[in-house]
Amino acid sequence: MPNPTHTISLRRSLTNWLALGSIATAAFIVTVPLFLILGTVVYRGLGGLNLAFFTQIPKPVGEEGGGMANAIGGSLMLLGIASLIGVPLGIGSGVFLAEYGRNKFGNLVRFTADVLNGVPSIVIGITAYALVVVVQKHFSMLAGSVALGIMMIPTISRTTEEVLLLVPQSIREAALGLGIPKWRTILSVVLRTASAGIVTSIMLAFARIAGETAPLIFTTLGNQYWNTSLNQPTAALPLQIYAYAIMPYEQAHAQAWTGALVLISMIMITVILFRFIASRGAVKGAS
Amino acid sequence: MQIQPNPRISQASSSPEEAEKREPVPAAAEKLKVVPKSKVGARESILADGVFRGIVVLCALTILVVVGLIVYELITQSRLTMSKFGFRFLIKQVWDPVAEDFGALPFIYGTIVSSVLGLIIAVPLSVGTALFLTELCPRWLRGTLSLLVELLAAIPSVIYGLWAIFVLSPFLRVHIQPFLAKYFGWTGLFTGPKYGWGMLAAGIVIAIMILPIIASITREVVSAVPRVQREAALALGATKWEMLRVAVLRNARPGIFGAVILGLGRALGETMAVTMVIGNRAEIVKSLFAPGHTLASVIANEFSEAVGNVYTSALIEMGLVLFVITLVVNALAGLLVWSITRGMPSRSIA
Repeated sequence: MPNPTHTISLRRSLTNWLALGSIATAAFIVTVPLFLILGTVVYRGLGGLNLAFFTQIPKPVGEEGGGMANAIGGSLMLLGIASLIGVPLGIGSGVFLAEYGRNKFGNLVRFTADVLNGVPSIVIGITAYALVVVVQKHFSMLAGSVALGIMMIPTISRTTEEVLLLVPQSIREAALGLGIPKWRTILSVVLRTASAGIVTSIMLAFARIAGETAPLIFTTLGNQYWNTSLNQPTAALPLQIYAYAIMPYEQAHAQAWTGALVLISMIMITVILFRFIASRGAVKGAS
Repeated sequence: MQIQPNPRISQASSSPEEAEKREPVPAAAEKLKVVPKSKVGARESILADGVFRGIVVLCALTILVVVGLIVYELITQSRLTMSKFGFRFLIKQVWDPVAEDFGALPFIYGTIVSSVLGLIIAVPLSVGTALFLTELCPRWLRGTLSLLVELLAAIPSVIYGLWAIFVLSPFLRVHIQPFLAKYFGWTGLFTGPKYGWGMLAAGIVIAIMILPIIASITREVVSAVPRVQREAALALGATKWEMLRVAVLRNARPGIFGAVILGLGRALGETMAVTMVIGNRAEIVKSLFAPGHTLASVIANEFSEAVGNVYTSALIEMGLVLFVITLVVNALAGLLVWSITRGMPSRSIA
């Protein structure tokens, strides 16, 4: 004991170690499901991983082989179109919040973005259904893209606001002092300085929607074949995994696991890659 | 301290005339004679500034419009059942698509029970993780551990569902459920046939899925507690745990509560993984072994196959109920977290 006149009673010291021990145990337990899930996905999915998986479309139920080429392609197209909707709107509103949003309207937008962020994805799916499917009278890739695009907006806008606020005020003043108009200052100086952070926010949003299934079920519906038309139902990787998982066939389950492996790899690579970029960006901003 | 932008600098580009008026030094006024020449440019840049501002305001407006559209569509598309059943929709237990008679109670019950079950499991674990990461964790481990927790959040719902069907459910059926039935069967919560899947499995999957969000917000809230509070407690002779309890947890309590409520918001809307393991039966049963249904799972399950306007309308009204519940829960959580981290940048919850 550092202080001989004050010794801690056995009970207190025991409580201390018990409590700290359970805190550490909790942290350990939390990591267990991650390894279990990743381990199972790799273990069960690796077997079905071959070239055919990436080049062929699904075989009819019960037949061996086939792949998810159309689902992977469909997912990429969905994500691409969703980004066309979500990224500009997200960054634009983020710029608004950071540069013009110190007022009541800004607070309203901020609050609404948080509301939108908390809306369950299935409810956004219903909205996309009502907005696009009901109007078009059939399921389509467009409807799914709209749902996913909407989901990207709040994530990107709030993170963009955060990283723009990190850009020192003096940089803005320097640009304005050189006579550069405000819009040009924001585009060429502020946004460029914060670009690493903004890319991270896009990737976070991307990772979030890449695995979304719920809003796609009744918007893009799924498809056994290739589709590149905006107005037709489209296969998507998460949808295909879901469809195969609830089928009562061994082959379908194996395909689902392989699909899960591909999907999870895509997402994990994105997250880790852009965490790395973000950490480098932070170093750059500090210097 | 934040440096205020110099009003003269920011105005110089927008109104050269005013700058000229205020210019006190004659020598510098000489230089200002170039201003008339660049006046056209100045006017253009005012216009460009206005256009740019207009564009970003429009972007921001879309957020309001989207949320407005969500509310509008949910209400108008569920008019049919609203007028047919009124508020009885919320308390009826029937779910009969053939007779077009619908009630939401079993789904509301399932949503609440599975979410609360998820919270009961997730809260101690995630608060513990957050405390470990902020207060106890050695520096070398911190980055890795928080990355692992973050990755848990990156796993898609459908993969949790896949894992829950083929790994978690069989495990529960063989190992956990017999144990629970034997020792805790008297509570009535753990009786009946042991399928593996059902309410219990759904609760566990939800718990795993909301762990990262509760942990990350709790972590933020806990880091916001001033250092002096900890030092004061330690200086008074507190052990580390007593310090955490007295100085950290007590101060961060409203914020942690907010994190928990935010986790609840996520749990309520969780769809795919729940749909895949809860068993999809619209019944209110006390036993957690029994299959159930949630608001989100019934929409996911039946929406694309719903025939008839009343059926679709009933499902959309479920969506409306879910929207309202999550809205209230999230607003409450936001308020609580804000009360603690006020003044700090609130991280958007990804």
